[in-house]
Formats: sequence, structure tokens, C-alpha cells
Amino acid sequence: MTRQMLQGCRAISEMVTLCRPQVVSAYPITPQTVIVEELAQIVADGRLKAEFVNVEGEHSAASTVLGASAAGVRVFTATSSQGLLLMAEVVFNIAGMRLPVVMVNANRSVSAPLNIWNDQQDSMAVRDSGWVQLYAENNQEACDLILQAYKIAEDHRVMLPVMVCVDGFVLPHAYEMVDLPDQEDVDAFLPPFAPMYRLDPANPLTLGAYAEPDKYMETRYMLQETLRATLPIIEEVARDFSKSFGRPAHGAFEAYRLGDASTVVVAMGSMAGTIKEVVDELREKGQKVGLLRLIAFRPLPAAALYDALKNARDIVVLEKAVSLGNSGPLATELRALFQGRPASPGIDGFVIGLGGRDVTMEDIRGAVSKAQEGAVDAEFVHLREDLELEGVNA
Amino acid sequence: MKLTLGNVSRPGESPVNETGSWRTSNKPRFLQQNCIACDMCALHCPEGCIYGEEENTYINDERYCKGCGICAWICPKDDIEMIPEVAEDD
Repeated sequence: MTRQMLQGCRAISEMVTLCRPQVVSAYPITPQTVIVEELAQIVADGRLKAEFVNVEGEHSAASTVLGASAAGVRVFTATSSQGLLLMAEVVFNIAGMRLPVVMVNANRSVSAPLNIWNDQQDSMAVRDSGWVQLYAENNQEACDLILQAYKIAEDHRVMLPVMVCVDGFVLPHAYEMVDLPDQEDVDAFLPPFAPMYRLDPANPLTLGAYAEPDKYMETRYMLQETLRATLPIIEEVARDFSKSFGRPAHGAFEAYRLGDASTVVVAMGSMAGTIKEVVDELREKGQKVGLLRLIAFRPLPAAALYDALKNARDIVVLEKAVSLGNSGPLATELRALFQGRPASPGIDGFVIGLGGRDVTMEDIRGAVSKAQEGAVDAEFVHLREDLELEGVNA
Repeated sequence: MKLTLGNVSRPGESPVNETGSWRTSNKPRFLQQNCIACDMCALHCPEGCIYGEEENTYINDERYCKGCGICAWICPKDDIEMIPEVAEDD
């Protein structure tokens, strides 16, 4: 292990290099760009024996890694925001073709209006694509999840793509101390990719073949069942990771001071660091507050979430996304967990930090106390009051 | 049959998909009376599901036939006619 002060982009690219992908293809988009610039340099320097395929857009980047994965090699790509949306068609195909692609999405808002800063609306837009989605809190975890992502994706019980989501700028552009494992330990943890089927001119086959109404439903059922069966594999890989690298890996979610908590904040990604500060502060004042930091949004660890949250009185969902026209996607899904079940906590939904608006300790304190007072749904936190919003009824 | 991960299929496997259920309300009847084995019906069939070797041996495979009627239209001997799907039940 080497502890180094690295920029997130650099740490991620070094971790990807340790995983030895043989094809990397990506198109630059802020705030992902530096990740793939670093990788291009690493390939040019000969430190990674890989093809780095320059393409004219994200649809082609995703198609390139789809093809390379189908040909039987380990692949990597990264994107953000509009890039992920442009990839969307291929993103669904990669999952349907059961290709263990690993992608880092540097979470960024979506247009319009153009905004290059962080929220999680981009990855939420492809939540139903069949990918495993893991959200990192910090750069150490981003690196650790990339290594675990390959192990999960390439497991023959899984054979599904994994998206490692890192909050744009907040992680990729921040400098943190990061422990990067040694190559030999990575190699021991992550054996070479062994494809179940691969494109080979000597043994021709078609991947993702046409399925008529008499078979399509079964193929979607296979995806659904496999994603659900991936939950224990995520935990198994996390345990293996901890054993191999001596560092905790949380699996599908992290429980922070949750034991006797009557108010539980649920959130994903980098804002968990700030939320933990607030939890500690409120605990010192005698409030029984905890944090459940969800890492695996897909597959959703529904049964474990129910067990972890069933003793709470108030659940405060803070999310950097909104399903426009309804509530926040995470709040909606948590409410569904408790439908018809004995436990019935209040579940309050807050939309926070869109388009790079800072998530402050004051915002979090405010949301917690508001949730303790009464029901809240899709409340936008810290909206400016000095702006007149045309078309919105005051 | 087994559905593989990612719907992998090998060359020549597509006939496992029996697509004849899409057929229009008509289907061809091969009279096999004046056939000269010109092969025009088989060559023009968009499904490639007409087979025959010699005169008066050509026949379609109803597991794939869509009832488009091209075979009946192209036949120079008018030896194929289109009949309603339900005719055999009558």
C-alpha cells in the first residue's frame, strides 16, 4: 500500500491502471475529463498495456467498450452528465448483453440550463438500465469501489456492468490522501477476466440477438433476478476486499451511528461527510440521529434497508436528484419499502445541492428539524428567496 | 431450449424462432399441378421458407410463412393460390 496525496482524477486513473483494462475509450466531458486524460497519458507512457481509443462522442465511447468487452477483454470508460445521456442507448445494450463493463460517472447536473457542477440527476436518469450503481463518499472509496466493481461485474453469477458514481468536482478535483494497493495484491484479488461468451471469428456468434415477444420478457426477468441475486455478492466482495486490503468496505450501505437513532438521514455520495459532522453535533446535544449512507442504489438492498430503518421515527432523505413531476427517486423508493409493513416511519424527502449548490451543515440541520416537525415531500432546500420565479405561483 | 446470458446465438440458430404466428389472414396453397420447378417462389420468398427440388414438389413452411402472397403473385404457372387462414377449419 502506498499512501499518497492525490487529486481524485489521478487516484481513480491509477486505480483503473492497477485493474489492467485492455481497452479504454472515452470522450472528454467536465468533470470527468482529467480521469481519462490521465489514463491516456498512462497508456502513452507504456505503464498500462491497453488500447486507448479516441472517439468523436460518448455514444461511440460506450459502443467501443461494448464491442471490446464482447470480444472478451476487460474495459473501462468514464463520463458525466450529457455524456451519460448520449450514451444511454448503449448503456441499456451493455446491460442487456450482459457485458461486465465498468464505468466511472463523475456525477454532474443535466442541461438545460447548462451547468457543469455536481448533482446526481444524470445517473438517476439511467437507473433502470440494468447496471449496478455504486455511489462513493470519498476518493478512497471511489478507488476501492472500482476494484470491487470489476470483481462484481465479472463474477459469472453476475455478468453485469457496474457504474461507480463519484460526485463531480467534489471528488475528482479534490486532493485527498489515498491508499493505492500494490499491483500484486490487486492481481491476487482480481484475476484476469474470463468471459463466458466472446466474439471470435473462428467461432462466430451473435450477442444480444433479437428476441420476440415469446422470449423478451424472460430476458428481462433474467436481468431482474440476477440483479437481486447480486446483493449478497456485493457483500461477499466487500468482505473479501476488507480481508485482502485491511480497510473497511461497506457493501450496499454504511450505517453511521444508527443503533438507537430515532431520526435517520438517508443520503448517497459525498455529502455524507458533511452529514456525519451534523450527526455528531446533534448526538452531542443528546439527539438520537444517525445516517444511513446508501452505496448500492441498484440493486436496491430493500430487505436490509427495511431492517436498518424499521426502528426509526423520522427518515430524512436528502438527495441530489428529483424525478420531475413527482418526488425524489430515493424518497419514493424508501416509502415503497414500508408500504404494508409493520414499521411505518415518517419519510421526508428533500432535494438538495442541485447544479453544484453547496450542501451546508446549516442546510442539513434545517432539513432534520423540519422533518421532525411534520411531513415534507420533494422540498427544495435553500431556495433563494430574492429571485422572482416566472410561472411559479407564489 | 435455454436462454443464454445476453441472448447469445450461433450461426443457423434463428429457425428456433417460429415466426409464423404473425401471418396475415391469408396463406399460400401450393397446388403442385402445373409446377415447372422454376424456383421463382423460393427465390422471392422474403422468409426463405419455401423448399422444393423437382416439379410439383414445392411447399412452404408454415412455421415461418407470413402470408405475404409474393409466391402466388410471381408464379408463372398460377400454381399457387392464396386461401383464407381459416379455410382448413371450415
